[in-house]
Amino acid sequence: MVIKVISVIAYLVLAPIVGCILAGLDRKVSAKMQRRVGPPILQPYYDVRKLFEKEKMAPTRYQDFYIIAYLVFLIGAGAIFFAGGDLLLVIFTETIGAAFLVIAAYSSNSPYAEVGAERELLQMMAYEPMMLLTAVGFYMFHGSFTVDDLVKPDTMAFLPMIGLFIGFIYILTIKFRKSPFDLSMSHHAHQELVRGVTTEFVGRTMGWIEVSHWYENIFLLGFIFLFFCNGTVWGCVIGALVCIAAYFLEVFIDNSFARMKWQFAFKSAWIVAIVLGMVNIFILQLVF
Amino acid sequence: MGTITFLIIFPMIIAFVLLAARSDKARDMIVYIATAVIAAGSIVCAIQYFGSAGEYFPVHGEVVGYLMMAIEIGLAVYIIYTGIKHKKYLASLLALVQTPLMIWFELSHGHEIEVQYNMYIDRLSVIMILIIGIIGSLICVYALGYMKDFQHHHAGEKDRRPWFFFVMFLFLGAMVGLVTSNNMIWMYFFWEITSLSSFWLIGYTRTGEAINNSFRALIMNLLGGLGFVIGIIILGTIFGTLELSTMLVYGSIYGDLVAIPAAFFAFAGITKAAQMPFNSWLLGAMVAPTPTSALLHSSTMVKAGVFMIIKLAPVLGISNFAGLMVMMVGGITFLFASCAAISQNNAKRVLAYSTIANLGLIVACGGVGTPEAVWAGIMLIIFHAITKSLLFLCVGTAEHHIGSRMIEDMDGLFVRMPKVAMFMIIGIAGMFLAPFGMLISKWATMTSFVDSGNFILVGIICFGSAVTAFYWLKWMGKLSAVVANEENVEQSVHKSETFVHVTLTILTVVVCLIFPLISMYGLVPYLEGVFGGIATGLLSSSNMIIMVIMLAVLVLLAAMFFGKSKKEQVPIYLAGVNKGDNRTYYGSMQKEVQFSLRNWHMESIFGEHRMNVIGDVLTVACLVIGIGAVIATLISLLGGVA
Repeated sequence: MVIKVISVIAYLVLAPIVGCILAGLDRKVSAKMQRRVGPPILQPYYDVRKLFEKEKMAPTRYQDFYIIAYLVFLIGAGAIFFAGGDLLLVIFTETIGAAFLVIAAYSSNSPYAEVGAERELLQMMAYEPMMLLTAVGFYMFHGSFTVDDLVKPDTMAFLPMIGLFIGFIYILTIKFRKSPFDLSMSHHAHQELVRGVTTEFVGRTMGWIEVSHWYENIFLLGFIFLFFCNGTVWGCVIGALVCIAAYFLEVFIDNSFARMKWQFAFKSAWIVAIVLGMVNIFILQLVF
Repeated sequence: MGTITFLIIFPMIIAFVLLAARSDKARDMIVYIATAVIAAGSIVCAIQYFGSAGEYFPVHGEVVGYLMMAIEIGLAVYIIYTGIKHKKYLASLLALVQTPLMIWFELSHGHEIEVQYNMYIDRLSVIMILIIGIIGSLICVYALGYMKDFQHHHAGEKDRRPWFFFVMFLFLGAMVGLVTSNNMIWMYFFWEITSLSSFWLIGYTRTGEAINNSFRALIMNLLGGLGFVIGIIILGTIFGTLELSTMLVYGSIYGDLVAIPAAFFAFAGITKAAQMPFNSWLLGAMVAPTPTSALLHSSTMVKAGVFMIIKLAPVLGISNFAGLMVMMVGGITFLFASCAAISQNNAKRVLAYSTIANLGLIVACGGVGTPEAVWAGIMLIIFHAITKSLLFLCVGTAEHHIGSRMIEDMDGLFVRMPKVAMFMIIGIAGMFLAPFGMLISKWATMTSFVDSGNFILVGIICFGSAVTAFYWLKWMGKLSAVVANEENVEQSVHKSETFVHVTLTILTVVVCLIFPLISMYGLVPYLEGVFGGIATGLLSSSNMIIMVIMLAVLVLLAAMFFGKSKKEQVPIYLAGVNKGDNRTYYGSMQKEVQFSLRNWHMESIFGEHRMNVIGDVLTVACLVIGIGAVIATLISLLGGVA
């Protein structure tokens, strides 16, 4: 119990710091790939601090509630994850968070926000099957949905679940909002719709959304970590290294592809889920 | 026993009284009192029997049996006559086949089979009675106000409301009978009455479309009725019993042989639960006034179908053809009905597809047939009944005030009808979001599917729930949009309608809060009784507690922050300069342009026709293979005996 509390507190404190540094590295690496110098590593932090100092405004009186709910549930999902909770519960809690973000965008009745919101919904529909299948895969292999049991198994799930792993990396591009699947909002100014779902969020609100992305990125990487746990220190080390590698792979992809149409994003994500996810599940069923 | 008889007979008596009551005032009075009595009666019944492990009642039924037979003949004659009158010969033909078949069986074999217990009640029946008695009654109350407006909108036409309320109450009585009959012949009798009642309700407006759709519903349900009759005949002649309880006991003795009659009963359940390929009748039922849809979708009719399948669950399962057939039909229906809902703009059709999809999930749970799956299935029945009736009744009210049932026209409902929009948003959240009930049940469903070892079902539920979130959220977004300069048109909503909305909204939340108790005291003992051994709820208690905490957090956040922001209100961003009203901007040459926003229907991927064709082909294949295998087993069995 004490360990759980510590790990949740550690997550609440450390996740935004690590997430922020990763985001800074992301910008640095991206800049290097584009032959620019790039901003300092802590630039994301400076940006957010500035956002918090801005005037307080909003297009409607209701936006605040939706955003607060978004933050509570999104960060809560991570907390459940690091408390060793149920993997499905983590996914469902995150879905409520995501739903509130979409509703917040819709509530402004702004055309740009609404287009972004609808694309966000499309992205949710695209990645959700793969997320759920991954959780199911862990259950079939380790016999449990709880993160508690998944971090201390006897065998590494990576190879038996390699299809699910690749599929998960694929949808991680969507979840990290990286090009070619940054349809609903983007960090690149050259896209046809840039701020999308966040168009109508300003100042402090926007700052919180940035922070929530840092939280989200960390516990998504936690999923990847689970593929490598085998009860030994080496499993943890490999897991951590692969997490970092996966993050920079996404940065690499982000800078190497132009944005795709929604049809491609949706269909390819589902095809990956069917081919890699379902086949892997079937094999797990046959073997284990 | 007295309470149950009362709950069957009393609504039927009220039905006839209402047929005679012509004035609005008298009808209002009668309906208010009668629904209060029915709701109270169902609660009394629950208190009486909730603690018992299930009671069986002999009820000496010689006279009742003959009475039912006489009524059945009368109804058959009626169906044959109306079928010919409206040139729907298939309906006549089906009635002409099944009723004589049934009478022949009853007179030649049925009488020799001794039925020990005609009626029973267990915790599942109690749950069903509560749903029928409370939700059904609320819908009747709502119908009072709604039908006044309806009559007002159709001023030129004959006032046939007495008939409408007659059928509504008849329906409630028949449903209670259906969920407490142990004698399959009695159950069949109530089954047919519900089919006919929905036929009358769907055809209420008597337009060409209504009549066509009502006959479609009748024909499909008569087809299911035929399956029911065949099931009874097999059960009677081969197993020598007519009792549901005995049949389930035989399941543990004779194993999968009992799946033979069960397959036919399940087929009847599938037609009534509007599973593909029979889903078109429930969509057609949308022509009827909204209370009809609410009643059919939440507490009666389709719930009879899934009740049957949940009852049969112990003899289904992955090991026999009947079980496989049922779970695959349910699963496929869930996936493709969910997909089809994306392409819909008509709110009632979205609700209809969502009902079909959720029923598919319940049917699949019944087909899987493990205690865990049945737990999930019953939870789905409870939550779905409350939430779906709330949504239908909100759409009905909105329709009368904004003059449209299209989701695209619900732009700014949040401003125009704030209360109704709020209720609707809560209802929608209840349909798919954690920590509300449907999500809890879906979670349990998913776990039970994984355990069942049917990986196709696992895939189906993963993809299906992603799709479900999409179509609900885009509707919810439309509702929550704050559109400037809209007028509030909510003042003229009938008090009775608001009362029902509020009650159902409270129920949606309260049932989510107390569901661990429902599980502990209702479902788990029921499952222990049916499956033997010690059953546990599927979700661990810590997860249930987290769910309840999440709901509390959500309610608390809403109470603290909803609409209370003190931030400066600023205009939204439009590509041109916002004129200031948030609806118009200055385009090129200073031209004023008003924008409008539309939902996303993805016709090219999730077109309704396409989804239905694929779903129909797959489910027909499942049914043909399933029933075919069952008949083949039957023939080889009979051949072996001879």
